[in-house]
Amino acid sequence: MSALLGLIPIALGFGILALLVFLWSLKNGQYDDLDGAAARILIDDEQPADTNPDKKEQRHV
Amino acid sequence: MSATTTLSSPIRLIDPAFIRTAKDGTRSLDLLVDDMHCAGCLAKVERTASAVPGVAHARANLTTKRLAVDLDPSGSPEAVLEALHKVGRSARPFDPGVASDTKNEASELMRCMAVAGFASMNVMLLSVSVWSGADGTTRDLFYWLSAMIAIPTVIYSGRPFFRSAWNALRYGRTNMDVPIAIGVLGATALSLYETITSGEHAWFDGSVALLFFLLVGRVLDNRMRDVARGAAARLLTLAPTVASLVLPDGRARDIPISSVRIGDTLRVLPGERVPVDGIVTSGASDLDRALLTGESVPEAVGEGAAIHAGANNLTGPLEMRATAPANETVLAGIIRLMEKVERPDGRFVRLADRASRLYAPAVHSAAFLTLIGWLVLGFGVHAAVTAAVAVLIITCPCALGLAVPAVQVVAAGRLLSAGIILKDGAALEKLSEVDTVVFDKTGTLTLGTPRLVQGPEAGDAWAVSAALAGGSRHPLSRALAEAADAQNIRAAPVTDLAERPGFGVEARWNGLPVRLGRAQWVDAPTDRRSGLSEVWLRIGDDEPQAFLFSDELRSDAKATIAELEALGLDIRLVSGDAQGAVERIAAQAGISQSLSNCLPGGKVEALEVLAKEGRKVLMVGDGLNDAPALAAAHVSMSPASGADIAQAAAGIVFTGEQLGPVLQSIVTARKARRKISGNFALAVGYNIIAVPIAVLGFATPLIAAVSMSASSILVIANALTLGLSLRRIGTRHPTKPVAGSVS
Repeated sequence: MSALLGLIPIALGFGILALLVFLWSLKNGQYDDLDGAAARILIDDEQPADTNPDKKEQRHV
Repeated sequence: MSATTTLSSPIRLIDPAFIRTAKDGTRSLDLLVDDMHCAGCLAKVERTASAVPGVAHARANLTTKRLAVDLDPSGSPEAVLEALHKVGRSARPFDPGVASDTKNEASELMRCMAVAGFASMNVMLLSVSVWSGADGTTRDLFYWLSAMIAIPTVIYSGRPFFRSAWNALRYGRTNMDVPIAIGVLGATALSLYETITSGEHAWFDGSVALLFFLLVGRVLDNRMRDVARGAAARLLTLAPTVASLVLPDGRARDIPISSVRIGDTLRVLPGERVPVDGIVTSGASDLDRALLTGESVPEAVGEGAAIHAGANNLTGPLEMRATAPANETVLAGIIRLMEKVERPDGRFVRLADRASRLYAPAVHSAAFLTLIGWLVLGFGVHAAVTAAVAVLIITCPCALGLAVPAVQVVAAGRLLSAGIILKDGAALEKLSEVDTVVFDKTGTLTLGTPRLVQGPEAGDAWAVSAALAGGSRHPLSRALAEAADAQNIRAAPVTDLAERPGFGVEARWNGLPVRLGRAQWVDAPTDRRSGLSEVWLRIGDDEPQAFLFSDELRSDAKATIAELEALGLDIRLVSGDAQGAVERIAAQAGISQSLSNCLPGGKVEALEVLAKEGRKVLMVGDGLNDAPALAAAHVSMSPASGADIAQAAAGIVFTGEQLGPVLQSIVTARKARRKISGNFALAVGYNIIAVPIAVLGFATPLIAAVSMSASSILVIANALTLGLSLRRIGTRHPTKPVAGSVS
């Protein structure tokens, strides 16, 4: 019985933590674009910052 | 035809209503980029937008096909649109109000579902301990803990149901949410009473699990409707919003079309839409009137010709005198006509609501009779209330609430992977009831773009025509260039290539003047009555040679129509075209009943006649002239190559160059309908077993929890089997729309 008194709050605490993490991720827009998240992994990173805007334009078009 | 206009449409000024301004002066804007399908497109769109000077941040969403752009004070939203158009993307401003509404509802349901999921798992854990033998103070403690989790959850997660139930009751109606609200509240209140009095049974687990299952159904249902709202935003950017007013000094100034007055002189450059109805005062050009008439072959106009708002100017600059203000144009009339017929749609009652109309009273009387019965038999108030609440819990329409959305989500997912976009779940239900299919001709049964059907023998004529056709944006020139390309004909070297708006293209080849264009322009015989569009080529003083074009049937039109007839559907063809052309296409497609010379209003009348006969009509059409009919039909489909307004009016949009999706959608809808009926049967069967148990007082919380979960899982599993049976018809992927060849 005394073990329960400790375990139940711990179990509930973890549950609430998981719920809060989920609500945070929802609010943070993690589920807004599920297809995009899958696709973004395939996009190459931008090349190192380029200060010349003309050059940048050429690379993208 | 929107596809013919995307390439050449100029950049319009963006209405300030689309732009949100934050307190610190940064402006943001949502754009709808609907041809974004893959990682490559996403990267290209984002990088193009980010590279525009003045853009602070651009992020694309592949799921909703939207691009969110944040602008510095120096940035211009038009520059972003222009950059995207340059790389061949069609971007349109998106009303931020529509976007945020959708998002709020979806995320509220999601939060409710998350909380209910958390609570039901934890309460269930405590309940399992009680069922496995905890009693005395341990049981009381567990019940108190359950109450502390369940009561806030019911208050929080139950809001969507309580709100809807209250709205229904306030107007003296009942819906599915009324028994849900009563059941959940009753179970929670009784459980609280039991907990306070150290009773044996509490139903906290039942009430939160119920909410969880029901919210899963609601979230699925909401996903379906989300798509519909995105599609409605297309309408906002359809009509031209800006006109170019010619000032006395010859310069032009952009003014909103609402301030155009009768008698104003306006300028329409190639690629722009005619802003209002009027008369050409100078210039010559070809107008693409597909938006108004659905006809793909352009019309040549010169001084004195009457032109209508919405027509697309293809080749030369025009000046016109306005003869009607913006709200009295033919285009405005059609839009009004469509809004008028769109309203009766509300008469359709969705399956789930029809079920709940029967269900709610049945459940309530069962619970009430149980209460009376137990009281009459002298078991006391406590036992009677317990039994009545048990009936309410066990009959709570969990499985019923999942029966429809679970099936629809599976069916919609299948259709989407075949390129068919359902704009709402009701469209699927209505489609399963259809007994008559009405097709439009141009752009629906046919591809809507001219194809070369007859030309001269290969040789110089072809090489020269290919060179000349390459110098024009006219749809017939494009069709000719495409045909030459398909035959691997290399364009002859020509010089002095020039387009003569309204006539054709001319150049010099081997020192000879060559012309490609209208019959009169090259002195060709004009009395041919083939009913086909023609372009003539003259080399030097030789005899002119003809190229004939016709609008071809979609490749699988005949087969699809035969299969639709085999399903027992009545097929009609209704078109605004002349009788001869309509009958020719009807004969080719194997349609026996056709109606020609219909104005947009005439199409609506034809549909109303069919509706009066008690038919449920599926209308398939693509043009602005079809839009009122699409809105008036029981359910409607539009190809993705159709006019924006037609797609906005239709319940279902399909991509690709084939007509097969029409058949596939009907078959899928019918299968989904059978699956939904099956799910209802499961839910009712479950109640037939469970209700007597509850009425007799044997429904302990354990039995309620097990039976409720079992029936819900059974219904979802049954819905998933639809995916398996649809896989057979879903394998035939239509080809992607060949946008390049059209535009």
